[in-house]
Amino acid sequence: MTWLPDVASNLAGKVDGLLWIITIISLFFFVLISVVLVYFSVKYRRKRDDEETPYITGNGTLEFIWTVIPSVLLILLFVYGFVVYKEMRTAPKDAVDVTVIGKQWLWTFEYYNGKKTLNELYVRQNRPVRMVMRADDVLHSFFIPDFRVKQDILPGRYTQLWFTPTKVGTFDLYCAEYCGAGHSAMLGKVRVLSPEAYDIWEKGMSVDGQAVASTLPPAELGENVYKEKGCNACHSIDDSVLIGPSLKGLVGRAGELGDGSSYIADENYIRRSIVEPQGDVVKGFQPVMPSFKGILSDQEIDALIAYIKTLE
Amino acid sequence: MEQANVEHSHGLHMDPDTAYSVSKLGMWLFLGTEIILFGGLFAAYAIFRAKYPEMFMEQHLELNREMGAINTCVLIFSSLTMAIAVTAIQKSKQRLTSIFLGITILCGLAFGVVKYFEYGAKFSHHIYPDTSIFFSLYFLMTGLHMLHVFIGIVLLAVILALNMKGKFNASYNTPVEMGGLYWHLVDLIWIYLFPLLYLIG
Amino acid sequence: MADSTIAANAYIPFLEKKGIWSWLLTTDHKRIGILYLVSISIFFLIAGVIALLMRFELLTHNADFVSPHTYNVLFTLHGSVMVFFFIVPGLAASFGNFLIPLMIGAPDVAFPKLNLGSYWIYLLGTLILLIALLQPADTGWTFYTPYSATTGTDVILMTFGVFVLGFSSILTGLNFIVTIHKMRAPGMTWHRLPLFIWASYATAVLQLLATPVVGITLLLLIAERTLGIGFFDPAKGGDPVLFQNFFWFYSHPAVYIMIIPAMGVISEIIPVFARKPIFGYRAIAYSSLGIAFISFLVWAHHMFTSGISELAATIFSFLTFLVAIPTAIKVFNWVATLYKGSIQLHSAMLYALGFVFLFTIGGLTGLFLGALAADIHLHDTYFVVAHMHYVMIGGTVMGFFGALHFWYPKWFGRMFNESVAKLSWFLVFVGFNVTFFPQFFLGVQGMPRRYATYPEEFEPLMSLSTFGSWILGLGILIMLINLISGLFKGEKASQNPYGSLSLEWQVPSPPPLENFDKIPQVTEWTYGYGKKQVPVQTGQGSGGLS
Repeated sequence: MTWLPDVASNLAGKVDGLLWIITIISLFFFVLISVVLVYFSVKYRRKRDDEETPYITGNGTLEFIWTVIPSVLLILLFVYGFVVYKEMRTAPKDAVDVTVIGKQWLWTFEYYNGKKTLNELYVRQNRPVRMVMRADDVLHSFFIPDFRVKQDILPGRYTQLWFTPTKVGTFDLYCAEYCGAGHSAMLGKVRVLSPEAYDIWEKGMSVDGQAVASTLPPAELGENVYKEKGCNACHSIDDSVLIGPSLKGLVGRAGELGDGSSYIADENYIRRSIVEPQGDVVKGFQPVMPSFKGILSDQEIDALIAYIKTLE
Repeated sequence: MEQANVEHSHGLHMDPDTAYSVSKLGMWLFLGTEIILFGGLFAAYAIFRAKYPEMFMEQHLELNREMGAINTCVLIFSSLTMAIAVTAIQKSKQRLTSIFLGITILCGLAFGVVKYFEYGAKFSHHIYPDTSIFFSLYFLMTGLHMLHVFIGIVLLAVILALNMKGKFNASYNTPVEMGGLYWHLVDLIWIYLFPLLYLIG
Repeated sequence: MADSTIAANAYIPFLEKKGIWSWLLTTDHKRIGILYLVSISIFFLIAGVIALLMRFELLTHNADFVSPHTYNVLFTLHGSVMVFFFIVPGLAASFGNFLIPLMIGAPDVAFPKLNLGSYWIYLLGTLILLIALLQPADTGWTFYTPYSATTGTDVILMTFGVFVLGFSSILTGLNFIVTIHKMRAPGMTWHRLPLFIWASYATAVLQLLATPVVGITLLLLIAERTLGIGFFDPAKGGDPVLFQNFFWFYSHPAVYIMIIPAMGVISEIIPVFARKPIFGYRAIAYSSLGIAFISFLVWAHHMFTSGISELAATIFSFLTFLVAIPTAIKVFNWVATLYKGSIQLHSAMLYALGFVFLFTIGGLTGLFLGALAADIHLHDTYFVVAHMHYVMIGGTVMGFFGALHFWYPKWFGRMFNESVAKLSWFLVFVGFNVTFFPQFFLGVQGMPRRYATYPEEFEPLMSLSTFGSWILGLGILIMLINLISGLFKGEKASQNPYGSLSLEWQVPSPPPLENFDKIPQVTEWTYGYGKKQVPVQTGQGSGGLS
């Protein structure tokens, strides 16, 4: 069973059923064809150059059979695929909406009570949830392998998908539609919380990661933030330059801004760059960074700065 | 175009009848691909017209119907003169053919001149291809068509020059006929473009 | 027949003339075929090396060899060059040019000068591409909007190069259709035609009908970037999914432009080395046309997750399953042809059998992607990458290599080293499977495609895939050396070393300038192997001629 990912949503088992059926049919035909192919190749191997071969140009019955049987099987597969697809596309009425915004290269999630998270989607176990999604710039695609759901996200219109998470835990979220340099870093996490834990989270209290994180030393917490909030999609911690400047040796760095003025990267500059990123864009870079105001807490920003200071 | 290749350098010559039917089939296939090329734009037209009927209703009024109508007449007339040129060469009347080929070319040029003033008027009203979806379609469709008119004019000019050298007669006139087919296609596409853009918007 | 008449007339092989202009200004279909063969092979090698670089980057999960942006450029180049410069012109332009007139008994194609013109247009396209390589695009070979309309890299030059290539493709297709319609030798009726001709015909129809659409699509993309029109830009009222519709309306049939000629090759190789008539001739011939027709109606199966309506998705899923039927029929027919044959495992035959094996995997994994709910999970993952490569390498490239080994003696008049050929086949076959089979599992596990870096859990299989790519690369290198050294050192090939009945084997190797001394009279179909055709047993191969 390990060839399939975790079964963590109501839809996963149904898609797996389909995958299994197709696998079995495919294996049957594959084995049939390869065994016959190899058997014939060995059995009828040329032994003398003047061997006589029969003049066979076809066989109506045989050809009829091998046209009809696959056709029937194919139609069955189509129907099966369609039935599951229909369920995937029809969200139950009691599904709770989450707004998903894809932007190069971040996921933003907005919940009905005004809460907003970045790159981390919080959902409650066993409650159907519907993603209402749009993109800010180019195409993206919302893909959670463990839930077997995927849907492209388009600028200028909404697309949707739904699922009911069935397993408590943390699952990977990928962007599956190519969206530029940070495509493979546009990763998120889906945190499925038990109903109790979810209620605590919803009331604004930290539950898992954050509660633990707050007791970490600032530099370590900052490193977690750097990875989990998607800073790493655009800012490297080595000498490579991605979408934004590298964070290595940032503190104390001086240079020129896009508008010609100069800057020196101190704590205030870094803080401003996180909260109002359009303000001081370093020369040679595009003003594409979203604001993290209200998304990162003051403690997290402090921790990030502490982390950046360690990157000499 | 490909009709010129019929008499190739090989020892095994095609007989004239085969050569003619080969050229004709080739030409028709080529015209088919041209129609599919424009078909992509027609499809885009249909999609966006269904999506934004008001935009099309409103903005097509900005186009100059009179100029469009004049151009339509010019092209239809040129198709007629082209047909006369083809008929004439089939009767080996080379002079008459040259005259009517000349008129056809002049009509093509006249079409271009009218289009030049139309585009100029649009630009002076600050209407450009990026003004709206409708004008994007207008400029792209008429622009691509205009390109075909120019190619047609060059083709016909070459055919005219060859005809003046006496290359064609009743027994061999495939290039004239193929050039005619091409010109009719250019005309035909305009016959669709004119009402779609100027009249029903 | 051919032997006796050749003696009477001076035999001038088409390769006789030397000098660069004897090549660049040739109207001989066989020489133009070689021009294409050399050009596409060069691009195949360039794109192959790029693929090796990509796989090298993917050896580990971090971006430690090239930056993500460079990786994106690499896969864009790999895809665009492979698709538009190698595999679309590919077999159709190289072997199609060489074989169509020979197989139907014609001195050349219908429009020899146009044929040369098509090649020149192809060269022009490649030239534009080479310039574009100086500042390459990073859009992926699919050029999806709005990314392709907004990215800072140079998309225009690259799409323009592809646009120019489209003309070459259209004119070649047109040439072949007219040739097959009008230039068949007397007695070469439609149902006596070699299946490669049927395949080429179906391919040419696809080229003619589909290529103009991608032409206009790329033109619109260029207009989007230069004139600021907004057909695909939601901010201007356009629709990014419209681009995908337009693009796949061409590019799905293009998949069959790539694979159908290879199917034709297989249908030629298997009967010769099994000494059996092809099983179910008409089924194979018509299934080529059937596939070509249905291929126009399945484009949206690339878009099940793109935001198209559920109804559209359902219809396209159904039609996609339909296209599997003629494909399956072909596979069964090839296998059945082996029954009671006298099978010689020549390297060309090994490639043909490898094709059947790998193409079966490629086809069956297509079922996963045609089934709606399964595709939702697998779309844009490595599963698609693996499926596509099983069809394109396992299918088309194996067919291409098979064709190279099969017609090599006819085309160049010499033989290659058969043992080395078998060795390289083995390496290609094993290397290919090691490279791409793990990718099915990666895809099912959820590994998205076009990822420069990837989660660590995928590393074992990704590394395995990279090791496989080295074996595959080594196999191709050995094959290349073997084939090239055969040109200079190989022993002279006889007229008909395999005892084929097809017309091209009834003329000397390499064929004379205008193929035939006089146009042949055809009285039998091409596949008259076996007991019924008593004279055929001598291996003199005159069954196709009077």
